[in-house]
Amino acid sequence: MLELNNVTTYYGNIQALKDVSLIINEGEIITLIGANGAGKTTTLMSISGLTPPRSGQIVFEKNPIHGLNPEKIVRMGVSHVPEGRRIFPFLTVLENLDMGAFLRKDKDGIRKDLKYVFELFPILAQRKHQAGGTLSGGEQQMLAISRALMARPRLLLLDEPSLGLAPLIIKQIFSIIEKLNKEHNTTIFLVEQNANLALKIAHRAYVMENGNITLTGSGHDLLSNDAVKKAYLGI
Amino acid sequence: MDNLQVELQYFLELFLGGLTKGSIYALIALGYTMVYGIIELINFAHGEIYMIGAFTALIIATVLNIMGVNHAALVLLLSAGGAVVYASAYGYTVEKIAYSPLRNAPRLSPLISAIGMSIFLQNYVLLAQTSNFLPFPKLIPEFEFLEPISHIMGSSEFTIICTTSVIMVLLTILIKFTKIGKAMRATAQDKSMALLLGINVNHVISFTFIIGSALAAVGGVLIGSQMGQINFYIGFIAGIKAFTAAVLGGIGSIPGAVLGGLVLGWTESFGTGYISSDYEDVFAFTLLVLILIFKPSGILGRNTSQKV
Repeated sequence: MLELNNVTTYYGNIQALKDVSLIINEGEIITLIGANGAGKTTTLMSISGLTPPRSGQIVFEKNPIHGLNPEKIVRMGVSHVPEGRRIFPFLTVLENLDMGAFLRKDKDGIRKDLKYVFELFPILAQRKHQAGGTLSGGEQQMLAISRALMARPRLLLLDEPSLGLAPLIIKQIFSIIEKLNKEHNTTIFLVEQNANLALKIAHRAYVMENGNITLTGSGHDLLSNDAVKKAYLGI
Repeated sequence: MDNLQVELQYFLELFLGGLTKGSIYALIALGYTMVYGIIELINFAHGEIYMIGAFTALIIATVLNIMGVNHAALVLLLSAGGAVVYASAYGYTVEKIAYSPLRNAPRLSPLISAIGMSIFLQNYVLLAQTSNFLPFPKLIPEFEFLEPISHIMGSSEFTIICTTSVIMVLLTILIKFTKIGKAMRATAQDKSMALLLGINVNHVISFTFIIGSALAAVGGVLIGSQMGQINFYIGFIAGIKAFTAAVLGGIGSIPGAVLGGLVLGWTESFGTGYISSDYEDVFAFTLLVLILIFKPSGILGRNTSQKV
């Protein structure tokens, strides 16, 4: 479904990604783990077009998408939930969700999807007229995921959804991620620092260090890999 | 008439005068505040757009007069409509030429570019027209139903107050309930997130400039008709005053711009009426200084902490 071939991305003069190649097949949950500053977020931003790669190819369903603007990429079915949730603080929950469906014109479909995300996260329905900035961290993460779902993506890019949340909320959000994958066949590319949790739900995983992919394998294999255990699982 | 009645009538006169003036300030201030809200730029060329709007209306009205079109409502509609369209095109073009290439430059660069644009447009109109005041036709006819209160409110004042009220309501609906209005607010709050949702931020910015310019043009036409004369320099003065109004109300806040405009209008009106008419600008800018000292974010401004 998505393929990165030798992607190299710079921030100004700083090289953040060095020849990154990876493959995501339809229906998979793929996770990318690694330390702070390894280039995980940059990988996602390269895919969604916010920091386009300087060289290499990004191919989504056989169409090259590197160099396209973010609008076209969203239109093709790739939604990005960025790090830190980035809720519009002075827009209501409902307005935030509306913005998620910005490119869509099918009013009935939008209404149906709205109902669907309110079923996934009932707390959002209760808070729908509240300003986004007044929600708790966990609610904001739920809203961020829901907002991305309103675009009806086939590939969902999630950047650190567990960051700063209570364990119980993390568990809830991760089970929703699995549910989206199973029930809607949404392909998920999950970037996480919480390697233990991410590897448990992922079909396959990539490990990133200093802008390079250093290791890959099934989630299960990496969980028992000694190097991974030592570096990321703290065992 | 006893003394109290005279006093009351004088007060009412000043109040309505301030309201009229303040409405115009508010119309122009909205353009400053909306643009600032979205790209954090003080668009110093905004006053010039207002001036160009007034000139466009003057030219159209003159041409219509030569052609022998005398129907008052038709002349008003065509000249105001033309001014709105033409000024919007200017606003759009100014953004594309002077600000859009500097989107990722340090914040000082677009500011300098804005001042340059302002000087350019003033001088362009100065050369194309003249430096003299040109008579502006009375586009707004006398309304008969205003006859009994004509000593406190004329038809120009009445039209200005009504037009701006309607525009404010329409603008509020646009910003609050339409898709593009929500996209404007979203873009103002988090530009890169808006991009990630597929919102074309460049379109939203262009749209903001077009709306702001259209409002300024309406202001230009109304004030031209009320004052009866315009020259190339009216945009500078009005621009500075409207900018003051926007800062007063809290720059970036739409209700703030309206409130700021009205407060400024009343301050000037009552100041000149009760203290001295020589110090009109002094009252306006004293108010600005006081606000900046005691509530720098403006009357309705949000106390935002800078994100690092």
